[in-house]
Amino acid sequence: MSATDTPFERAGDPYRVGRSRDWVSTGAGRGHVYATGHGEGGPASKRVIVGYGFWIFLLSDIVMFSAFFAAHAVLQTATAGGPSGRELFNLWSIVAQTAFLLVSSFTCGLSAVATEARNQLWTQVALLVTGLFGLGFLVLEGRDFAGMVMQGAGPDRSAFLSSLFAVVGLHGLHVSAGLLWLGTMMAQIFVKGFRADILRRLVCFNLFWHALDIIWVALFTVVYLIGLGR
Amino acid sequence: MSDETDRRDPGDVGPGFMDAAELTIREGIARYVIGFVLASLLTAASFYVLNTSLIWGPGIPVALIVLAIAQMGVHLVFFLHINTAPDNTNNVLALAFGVLIVALVIAGSLWIMDHLNQNMMPMHQMMQMQR
Repeated sequence: MSATDTPFERAGDPYRVGRSRDWVSTGAGRGHVYATGHGEGGPASKRVIVGYGFWIFLLSDIVMFSAFFAAHAVLQTATAGGPSGRELFNLWSIVAQTAFLLVSSFTCGLSAVATEARNQLWTQVALLVTGLFGLGFLVLEGRDFAGMVMQGAGPDRSAFLSSLFAVVGLHGLHVSAGLLWLGTMMAQIFVKGFRADILRRLVCFNLFWHALDIIWVALFTVVYLIGLGR
Repeated sequence: MSDETDRRDPGDVGPGFMDAAELTIREGIARYVIGFVLASLLTAASFYVLNTSLIWGPGIPVALIVLAIAQMGVHLVFFLHINTAPDNTNNVLALAFGVLIVALVIAGSLWIMDHLNQNMMPMHQMMQMQR
């Protein structure tokens, strides 16, 4: 039976949503004979379960961020006579931070491609570039924070600044933790190679790093750009 | 642990996986490049919109938020590989729930706090009462 002539494709169901044990055992479709993760065939593979579990964690992390965002959105005008975003933010520093994080997210994706190809050298190179851009991001953010504190616009100046330092700082903490994780992953790939458990950790790290960039998109828009426009 | 292998079932996709079907290296890279280009364009558009007179001033925050949501979508599809393939249903449902909670928290906070602000006595009146 050719690949285009399975019962599923004849029935207009190329993804085999309606697959059942009968179809799997009789049809030689695109899928496995062992239809894991679809109820009847048994549990999903560990890789899928780990990825899904980490995805749930990331979503809960994003929900936590949403509380910080809500606080900042409510307090954005509560400057208590202190400086507002328009006076404090340096647009070009924000542009650079955004570019750094976007590039690092891209190279992180490239490392995943290299991992799929089981290429140790390119995985390490892509992860190293990811880490360097992440570090550059943190340095710029730290410089901005230090500059604001020096001007007397620290988190204790107004409710606006408290919420700003809280939400941006929380993201910065995540990036720092991500960098630490990235370093340990590079060492683990180097020492242990592409073992199944290492590969699962890499999937989680990739998800984490991309999620950080998604949060940054919300952050530079809501906190910085809308803050500058005020 | 070391002899353990994870067989890839082509019918199963977790978040972060390339695709149900095995992608070649070239296809994998092409995907990230497309995502990167789209995200860059949207980012550039956000920074451009900030100082433009093309858009009515008070509408600029709305435009920025639309661009941000679009960019998050690009990130989800091209970087996190969350798409509408049937095997991705679990991931999409979890995401939908997350988005619901985020929307409730943010919109609810803004709505309630705005009402409280409007119902509060203006500051100078409150000062007078305290005298």
